[in-house]
Amino acid sequence: MAERLKATRKMKSIMKWYYIEAKYARYIGKKVAWITSGGPVEPLIAMNIIPVYPENHGAMIGASKMGGRMSEFAEGLGYSSDVCSYTKNDITSSITKESPIKGGLPEPDMLICSNNICGTVLKWYEIQARRFNVPLFIYDTPFVHTEFTDEARGYVNEQTKEYIKFLEKHTGKKFNYKKMQKVGKLSLEAMRLWKNVLETAEHKPSPMTAFDAFFHLALIVTLRGKKVVVKYYRELLKELEERNRNNIGAVDNEKYRLLWDNLPIWFRMRWLSEKFASHQAALVADTYTQAWCGVIDYIDENDFLGSMGEAYTRIHLNVGVDQMADAIKRFIKQYDVDGLVMHSNRSCKPYSFGQYDIQNLLQDEDIPVLMIEADMTDERKFSESQAEARIDAFMEVIKQRRK
Amino acid sequence: MISLGIDIGSLTAKAVLLEENNILEKHLIPVGYNSKKAGDKLFDELLQKAGIRQEDIGKIISTGYGRNSIDFADRAVTEIICHGKGIYFQMPHIRTIIDIGGQDSKVIVLDKNGNVANFVMNDKCAAGTGRFLDVMARAMETEIHEFGLLALQSKNPSKISSVCTVFAESEIISLVAKGENREDITSGIHLSIARRIASMVKRLGMIPPVAMSGGVALNVGLVDALENILETKIETTPF
Ligand code: SF4
Repeated sequence: MAERLKATRKMKSIMKWYYIEAKYARYIGKKVAWITSGGPVEPLIAMNIIPVYPENHGAMIGASKMGGRMSEFAEGLGYSSDVCSYTKNDITSSITKESPIKGGLPEPDMLICSNNICGTVLKWYEIQARRFNVPLFIYDTPFVHTEFTDEARGYVNEQTKEYIKFLEKHTGKKFNYKKMQKVGKLSLEAMRLWKNVLETAEHKPSPMTAFDAFFHLALIVTLRGKKVVVKYYRELLKELEERNRNNIGAVDNEKYRLLWDNLPIWFRMRWLSEKFASHQAALVADTYTQAWCGVIDYIDENDFLGSMGEAYTRIHLNVGVDQMADAIKRFIKQYDVDGLVMHSNRSCKPYSFGQYDIQNLLQDEDIPVLMIEADMTDERKFSESQAEARIDAFMEVIKQRRK
Repeated sequence: MISLGIDIGSLTAKAVLLEENNILEKHLIPVGYNSKKAGDKLFDELLQKAGIRQEDIGKIISTGYGRNSIDFADRAVTEIICHGKGIYFQMPHIRTIIDIGGQDSKVIVLDKNGNVANFVMNDKCAAGTGRFLDVMARAMETEIHEFGLLALQSKNPSKISSVCTVFAESEIISLVAKGENREDITSGIHLSIARRIASMVKRLGMIPPVAMSGGVALNVGLVDALENILETKIETTPF
C-alpha cells in the first residue's frame, strides 16, 4: 500500500492541541460547549467558545476498541441495547471517565443539540444537561421529505436568532457579527476544500480511500470556521494532487472501485481496509464524509447566519430516501464505482433504516450491493467471519462481472 | 484430470472427487471444533474410500467458513460462487438458487452463462437458517427428516409471527401449552421461515426457474411452503 499521507501527523498534532486547549479552557477564560456533529458550530467559533463533540469522542472510543465494554456499562444502568452506541459511550464516559483521552472530555458549560442527524440526540443531550446541570439549546430542524418550504425557512431562521440570544446570555457578551462574517467565510472555504479533497478520488488510481477520509474528516467536523482547518486541507489537497500527478494509488494496483454508505466501523478500520485492498479494491468514496460538503450550494457567502438554517436542515440524514438515493446515484457516476457497500449500522437508525429502499431505488444502476451488519463502535454487534464471507463473495461477483 | 472440492461448513465438512464430469466419490463428516483437523481427516478418509493418492489429484478447491484453513487447496472460493457453479453443472437452466445452510441462508441469481449476477444473504441472526429448523424440530420433539413431512399433514397452520429464533421458540411453547396440534404448529414454523426466505428472494428479484440446494432442500415441507409463497415450482438436487 502507498505510504501514509504526510498530513496525517499534522492532523494528529492539531487535534491534540485542540483537546488540550479545551481541557484547560477555564484557565484561559474560555467556555466549552458540547455540540452534536451536525450542529451549527460557526456561531460558537465566532464567540470564542470551544466546541467539543461527544460523537468525535465516540469515534475515538470505537477506534480504541473500548466501545463494546462501555456500551455494556450503560446497558447495566438501564439503557436499552438498541440505543446508539455513541450515546451509551458518552454516558458511560461521563460517569467512569474512561476514555482514550486522559480524564475524558472536558466538562461542558452549555450543550448545543441539533436534531438534523437523529432524534436520539435530543434525549442524550437532555440527560447530559441534567447530569452537568448546564443550559441546553435545541436547534430543531424539520425533516425535508421532498422540499424545503418557506415555513421551514422562517422556522429555522427564527431559531438562529434565539441561538444567538442564548449564547449572549450564557457568555455575558454581545454577539460579534463582524467576526461571524469571517468565520462564515472560513467555514465555507473549508467545506469547499474538503469537497476538493474528496474529489481527488475521482482519479484512477485513487490517491486516498474512504478510510483516509474517515480520519481526515475530524477537522471539518470539529473546527470548521477556524483558519487552521483551511490551512490544513490546503496542504492535504496539495499532497493528494501530487499523488495524482504521479499516479500513486492508495491501494496497490487498484482494479475495483467501491462506494461506502453509513458511518465507518471504527474498530475494524484496518481489517476492512486490508481486506478490500487484498482484492485490489479501493473504497473511493462514501456518503458519510461527503455530508460535510453536501450543502455548500445552500450557503450564502455574504450572509452565513441568514442561510445556515436551510443548509443545516438539508443535510444527508435529514432528507427523504429519494434524495439519499439520488446522492448515491451521483457518486456512482462521479467516482465510477463497481459496487456499493452498505454498512447496516445497529446504532444509527436514521442512516440504516432506508437502506433496503435505497437498494430498490438503485435497481437501474445495475451495480452489486453488499450489506454488512455491524455497529460503528460496538464490537459485540459484529461477526468477522460472517463479514468476511460476504465481502469475499461480493468481490468474486464483481470480478466475474468485469470478465 | 481428477479434481477435488472441499466444503468446510459450520456443521459438516463435505468433499467430492470429480473425474472430468463424473463423480468418483464423496464423503461427509461433522466439523467439530477444529476445521483444519476436520479438513485433513476428510481428505484422508476420502482418498482411502476412492483408493487414490494425493498425487493423482490435479486441482483442489476449498469453500465454506473454513475455506482458508485448508492449506492443501489450490484456491479458496466462497460458497456463493460454488453454489452457482454446482447448480449450473447439474441443472444449467436454473436462474435462481435458494440455499439454506446451518449458519447462513442465501439467494443467488445466475446469468445465462451460469455466472453469479447477484446474491443476498440473511442478516446476522439465526432466524431463516437451518439452525432455526434444528431448534424448532427439537422443540417439537421431532426428528429433522420427519419435520417437513409432519408439516404437510396440517390443514390449519398455526400463526407464528416472531422473526427471532429465541422468541419463536417461546411462542411455540405457548402454542403447545394452548393445545394446538403438532402438525399445525410445525406447519406454522415452516411457513414462518419460508416467508423470511421469500422476502430475500423478492428483494433480489426472482428469475425462474428456481432451485433449492443444500440439506434443507430435502425438507419437503419447506419446499412446499416456499412454492406456495413464491408461486413457482422449485426444483431440488440430490446433492
Ligand atoms: S443515532 Fe446516528 S446520527 Fe444519532 S447520534 Fe447515533 S450515530 Fe449519530
